[in-house]
Amino acid sequence: MIAYAVSRLLQAIPILFLVSLFAFGMIYLIPGDAATVMGGPEASAADLERIRENMGLNEPFLQQIVSFYVNLLQGDLGQSLMLGTPVLDAIIDRTPITLGISLYSLAVTIVFGLLTGIVAALNHNKLLDQAATLFALIGISLPNFWLALVMIVVFSVHLGWLPTGGYVPFSESPMGWLRTTTMPALALALLQAGLLTRITRSTMLEVLSQDYIRTARAKGLTEWQVIGQHALANVMMPVVTVLGLILSVLLSGSIVIEAIFGIPGLGALMGNAILSRDFPLVQGGLISIACSLLLLNIVVDVLYFWLDPRVRIKGGD
Amino acid sequence: MAGGIHTDIPDDETGRLGRFLAALRPFTRSLSFVVGAVLFGFVVLVTLLGPFLTDVSPSALSMRNRFQPPSWDHWLGTDNLGRDMLARVIYGAQLSLMIGTSVVLLNAVFGVMLGALAGFYSRLDNILMRVADALMAFPAVLLAIGIAAALGPSSMTAIIALSVVYIPRTARVVRSSVLVVKQLDFVLAARAAGATDLRIILKHILPNSMAPMLVQLSFVFAYSVLSEAVLSFLGLGAPPTVPSWGILISEGRAYMREAAWLTVVPGVAIAVTALGLNLLGDGLRDVLDPRMKVAEA
Repeated sequence: MIAYAVSRLLQAIPILFLVSLFAFGMIYLIPGDAATVMGGPEASAADLERIRENMGLNEPFLQQIVSFYVNLLQGDLGQSLMLGTPVLDAIIDRTPITLGISLYSLAVTIVFGLLTGIVAALNHNKLLDQAATLFALIGISLPNFWLALVMIVVFSVHLGWLPTGGYVPFSESPMGWLRTTTMPALALALLQAGLLTRITRSTMLEVLSQDYIRTARAKGLTEWQVIGQHALANVMMPVVTVLGLILSVLLSGSIVIEAIFGIPGLGALMGNAILSRDFPLVQGGLISIACSLLLLNIVVDVLYFWLDPRVRIKGGD
Repeated sequence: MAGGIHTDIPDDETGRLGRFLAALRPFTRSLSFVVGAVLFGFVVLVTLLGPFLTDVSPSALSMRNRFQPPSWDHWLGTDNLGRDMLARVIYGAQLSLMIGTSVVLLNAVFGVMLGALAGFYSRLDNILMRVADALMAFPAVLLAIGIAAALGPSSMTAIIALSVVYIPRTARVVRSSVLVVKQLDFVLAARAAGATDLRIILKHILPNSMAPMLVQLSFVFAYSVLSEAVLSFLGLGAPPTVPSWGILISEGRAYMREAAWLTVVPGVAIAVTALGLNLLGDGLRDVLDPRMKVAEA
């Protein structure tokens, strides 16, 4: 297993290189003078010079890319133009907030998506199945930022159950945290729950048609034993593999959701960085998010390898 | 479309129309396909006929008619400047569908080309797929927003950003079906007959890899409509003078308390379009390739 993990990590190196290269190259997509775009309309000549100096834009291209990688390997992602602090510190500061909401949302997604998917598959082509399928379809078709706004109108403005926005840290007041994060987590969860329901349902349908399920039924096990012990274990595997995808969609969604609810997390940080053209922060954010997701996918694959004997025999793919 | 369908045609159905109707029959049997086609067809129809359906300009101001709730005169109400929401939603549809169509066409050209090259030439495969992996390592909407921010807001930017995001995903889908098809005997036969690589790819492999590709493209269309709304909601898509659906939602947001319809209506338009496309994709998959599982986003 260790050999497998090491080989997966080695395979990730060229991808990590390309990821950082794309993030680096982003600045060259800016039409015209990058410093002018980043400085905004009010920047003075001195401001622009400071930006060029800060980002090394005056250096020759080769020098820029070399120092970018030298800094990157030392964990230095540069200085944020907007905040004036190191990019890495800003990202590390905001990550726990987004991570908390993402995990909350992930928990809702898993419970809801798995349950609906399994119930749908067990009632294949019956009313419950159709209702679950419709729910999943609507889930993946609604814009989540729109859903967030509608939830604010319903639950905050009309019913007054939850605040319209803001954020209370868990350490300050767990109840306050729950009140401020429930709507964002639900708005984020809907899309993923739809995805997970669809995947769980189709996997479960496939598993249920397998010989070992027929065998389990034939030897007289109760339906609970058949589903709980034989089917569920096999359904979990593909579900585990989509976790990386789900977390990626969650992080994407957090940009606009955190902006709507005024939550000072990583998503809002990235959103503000993008809107104020703070490219060092955008680059640093893209690199750290992509790297974390890649690592997460490797961890998931290694777990999969460890859990599923079939992958181990084939040597993984 | 798919080669397998033609074998199902009974002998007594002759003539072009008969063959066409017979080829359509499996599609009309899929509820997803029919409902999806109706929903998406409705959106396309309203978009194309828009200027004939309403004689109100989407930008005609009327201070006397501010914040009118939906009524007989204004089916979907009016906004903070008295502009007719029905007209604005219909004109917004033109932009959404234009951007979605462009992204799908670019995916159909470049996604298929790169996927076919990667699947066919194993030497190119490694390089192309590592680049795809790297692009797919970024969360989709985050990457699109980043590219859009660098290029500056415009409809063109949205098209480029969304294409960069979805082409690697389409290429992956095409690649995996090309990998399967290229092992089949008729490819070997074509090669034995002296066909060039280009001919084998274009005439033998791609037509037989169509099913997953069509399914993927309909999902790409749905994702594009949803992501374009996020981009324009954040001010990174079309300029605010164009009533894009995302912009309508962001404008309506300021008046959510007193005029909720301004936010609700464009969101429903996005949802109906995406729902129609997702159903269409599901239906295509059921008919063309029942073994395929839920496509990954």
